[in-house]
Amino acid sequence: MAKARSSVFRSVASHAILLAYTFIALAPVIVIVLNSFKKKLAIFSQPLLPPLPSNYDPVGYVTVFSRGNFPLYFFNSIFVTVGTVFFVLLFGAMAAFALSEYRYRLNTVVGLYLAIGIMIPIRLGTNAILQILVASGLISALPWGPLVALILVYTAAGLPLSIFILSEFMRQVSNDLKNAARIDGMNEYKIFFRIVFPLIRPALATVAVFTLIPVWNDLWFPLILAPSESTKTVTLGAQIFVGQYLIDWNAVLASLSLAILPVLVLYIIFSRQLIRGLTAGAVK
Amino acid sequence: MAGPRFAAARPFRYPRGHGLTDVPAPPPRKPVRWHIAVFLAPAAIVYTILMIVPLISTLQASTMTGDAEHRAFIGLGNFVTLLTDPRWSASFWNAFRNNVYFFVINMLVQNPIGILLAALLSNPTLRLRGFYRTVIFIPTILSFVIVAFVWKLLLSPLWGVAPMIMKFFHIGQLFQPVLGKEQFALTTLSLISVWQYVGVPMMLCYAALLSIPDEVLEAAECDGITGWSQFWKIQLPLILPTIGIISILTFVGNFNAFDLIYSAQGALGGPNYSTDLLGTFLFRTFFGSTLQLGDPNMGSTVATMMFLIILAGVCLYLFGIQTRLRRYQF
Amino acid sequence: MMKHKGLLLAAAASMLALSAGAAFAADPVTITIESWRTDDASVWNDTIIPMFEKAHPDIKVVYAPTNAPDYNAALNAKLAGGTAGDIIICRPFDQSLGMYKAGQLLDLTKLPGMENFADSTKVAWQTDDGKVTFCLPMASVIHGFIYNKDAFADAGITDVPATVDDFFADLDKIKAKGNYTPVDIGTHDQWEAATMAYENIGPNYWKGEDGRKALIAGKEKLTDADWVAPFQQMAKWIPYMGDGYQAQAYSDSQNLFSLGKAAIYPAGSWDIPTFEKANPDLKFAAFPPPVPKAGDKCYISDQLDHAVGINAASKNLDAAKTFVTWMAGDDFAAAYANALPGFFALTSHPIKVTDPVAAQFLSWRQNCASTIRATYQILSRGTPNLENDLWAESANVLNGTDTPEAAAKKLQDGLDSWYKPGQS
Repeated sequence: MAKARSSVFRSVASHAILLAYTFIALAPVIVIVLNSFKKKLAIFSQPLLPPLPSNYDPVGYVTVFSRGNFPLYFFNSIFVTVGTVFFVLLFGAMAAFALSEYRYRLNTVVGLYLAIGIMIPIRLGTNAILQILVASGLISALPWGPLVALILVYTAAGLPLSIFILSEFMRQVSNDLKNAARIDGMNEYKIFFRIVFPLIRPALATVAVFTLIPVWNDLWFPLILAPSESTKTVTLGAQIFVGQYLIDWNAVLASLSLAILPVLVLYIIFSRQLIRGLTAGAVK
Repeated sequence: MAGPRFAAARPFRYPRGHGLTDVPAPPPRKPVRWHIAVFLAPAAIVYTILMIVPLISTLQASTMTGDAEHRAFIGLGNFVTLLTDPRWSASFWNAFRNNVYFFVINMLVQNPIGILLAALLSNPTLRLRGFYRTVIFIPTILSFVIVAFVWKLLLSPLWGVAPMIMKFFHIGQLFQPVLGKEQFALTTLSLISVWQYVGVPMMLCYAALLSIPDEVLEAAECDGITGWSQFWKIQLPLILPTIGIISILTFVGNFNAFDLIYSAQGALGGPNYSTDLLGTFLFRTFFGSTLQLGDPNMGSTVATMMFLIILAGVCLYLFGIQTRLRRYQF
Repeated sequence: MMKHKGLLLAAAASMLALSAGAAFAADPVTITIESWRTDDASVWNDTIIPMFEKAHPDIKVVYAPTNAPDYNAALNAKLAGGTAGDIIICRPFDQSLGMYKAGQLLDLTKLPGMENFADSTKVAWQTDDGKVTFCLPMASVIHGFIYNKDAFADAGITDVPATVDDFFADLDKIKAKGNYTPVDIGTHDQWEAATMAYENIGPNYWKGEDGRKALIAGKEKLTDADWVAPFQQMAKWIPYMGDGYQAQAYSDSQNLFSLGKAAIYPAGSWDIPTFEKANPDLKFAAFPPPVPKAGDKCYISDQLDHAVGINAASKNLDAAKTFVTWMAGDDFAAAYANALPGFFALTSHPIKVTDPVAAQFLSWRQNCASTIRATYQILSRGTPNLENDLWAESANVLNGTDTPEAAAKKLQDGLDSWYKPGQS
């Protein structure tokens, strides 16, 4: 049986396809990172050349670290991203459980209501969102207030998709398991937290990744809600290098190369969770 | 029945004294299922306050006309303008057509590639799976600024890699400045979007494929089904719900797509509006441009139309397809 | 909990005392500047703000720019929400007029310092009847052509072209030599085709302010010969542009010239420091747009670019007014003009510009008549937006997608669909 699944030919073919695609995926990224270490004119005259002593110039990184407080921006970005992911997963899983598990009259309506958010970009409501948050006092409560405001807005924006995906995966959790727990006298909350939640770990990891990427890379809401120096995120901080007419390419490439790292780390963490959840196997 | 009348507990007795005791007592009232509300509440509250209320307040401008000084209600007038006025409808339908094309390319290229890669990666005997999984997903975590920059650089006729490589293979004369030519720009940008987002279907299908228990696959092998036919006959049907999700996400994502075109081609969706999508059309109308003030009335109208289009697609999926999908539980 | 209560009370009391004490000290007021010029952040932080803070130690200034594409949208959202800065850098014409009409900008007509500016410089920041000025002018930009001196020498060109015929003769020489790209402009970003091509060479044909005002009054149309002629010249540029110019973006054009690979760069004066910083070894100078016939009067596009206004809802109005008044003075004008060569001060007092190429641009004001870009006043108020249309059509002409006549007709049709001359 193992033989049938691991023929040499299939293995070689798989690796060939995967390697080819890896090249397609990675090569442009490597071009960016390498070019962030070169002199500005060398970036454009010889984009494929790696940084050599003749064209090496870390001026981009120097600018990034001397102008603006990038370690602070990184911290702010991580705080907002992790906070958003936490609430999106928790509230989203709870709502998804209610939608997929119970039958009640308004189920479809509630489901559709919550799904509307996937269909419209939240940016359109910016003016009202800002007014609501200013009225709540969060915007002026530096330095944490605006960051919390960002978490709330991103949570609201990320919940629809999270609920949509999670409810789909929750429907696949065996009913026998849940009913057995009910007969044993477990209340619904315990069933959710002790049984269902751990079983959908792959879906949770997936939703976590899909939530964290747009939150990390977003420029618009930090610009509106948290533009002050102490609350800037990395993406917003990198924008200072993009001028109206003149773009400081070295600094832009340097800051964006640096910005890839935390997201990559978070992605690796979450995708390991995904695998751990899957290989833990369903409880029989 | 003489005797002291006091409210002592008396055993319940059916009238007429049948003595029948196997007739059941009236059923107790169903307890209110509070837990449903508790589960739904946090999400519903945050979502309603910070998403629905602001959107309604913005979109109701679609029924108005005039600026801050003279606002007037004109019902569906803006919608009529959008769909019938020659200029507005030309721009709107151009953007719509471009969006449909963008979506078709994504469905035909991005999703099959993603599913294929997921299928390859789900083979437990494959080495280096973790490495591939991480690396292939990297384009998806990049910001639009990087994606637009790097592809503009690679495809640039001035310092691009593409002309260099093509000259090396002696097909240099076939090189076109694709991002500047009407016939090619939209296809190029669609493929760039595919490059960026293949990780999404890959990851979702990978999760779905891994949740198929080994016993199912081993049973199939006992029956002699291996390799490609195993994928087509066993794995694919089992992950159809996930493919459904991916399709609907691609649809919604593509019809809201904006950032990539905006970063690469600007708010006008050049050249000559050939890469103008509904998202860029909306942005231009709603937020204005260098010289022009934003128009919240027509902008909200465009946004509402986009929402209706996407809603139609999603409903079609939910009621036409999803209810018919067979879900398997393990 | 009980034993901590005393500590908490003491802490609260001391905090109250401290804050009360702080309120009595001279608290520096902080004012924030909203701008789209992220390019200038280091100039403000290193030069301008320290200069002001030295003269006014009780006012602190923070320069908080937003990147250009998002500036208008972000500013509008912040103004609606009440979180916008105290000082607002104003875009010319309708964007700022709209903000004034919405009550977001303060009326600055009587601000001390406003008298330093001639009426012609304020027109971009006044109501249509000219009675209210809501922003103090800061700088203008001039258009022309920047050329690589080595490229001209290589092609044997000794004088800069004065007429259009000279211009094309020079282009032929450069193209024949083949060492440099003759005309360095691309159409991918579209706006350069409108701003540095059409609006650059156009004033020579439509006679500057006369033509522009006639267009607004409806006496001339975009389909008239004078308005089509620039498109016709642009169509003739096509053989002299680089390979694959359709995908050449604005920064590509800048980099090509900085690398010394291009001969003539249709320019806005703001690009002078770009080239100086990118390649200090590059030898370049400038010439004004060539005139159609020898002896014609020359016209230059001298565009009012940005001004400074005050957020009407600001909580620090006095400090803001002090700051803007200071910006009307010569100290600021001299510092700004020399830190940012290519942006020319608008005050009535002449400012000495030290940068040689910037001084060249400025010198054209002596012989040539200045005009602002034709699409900016009144004509871009409606939908379709004339400026957007001009971007698209100029790019189409340079791409060969539309003939000059067809492009002009599209523009005029768009304008006719909403614009009635005499009513604004």
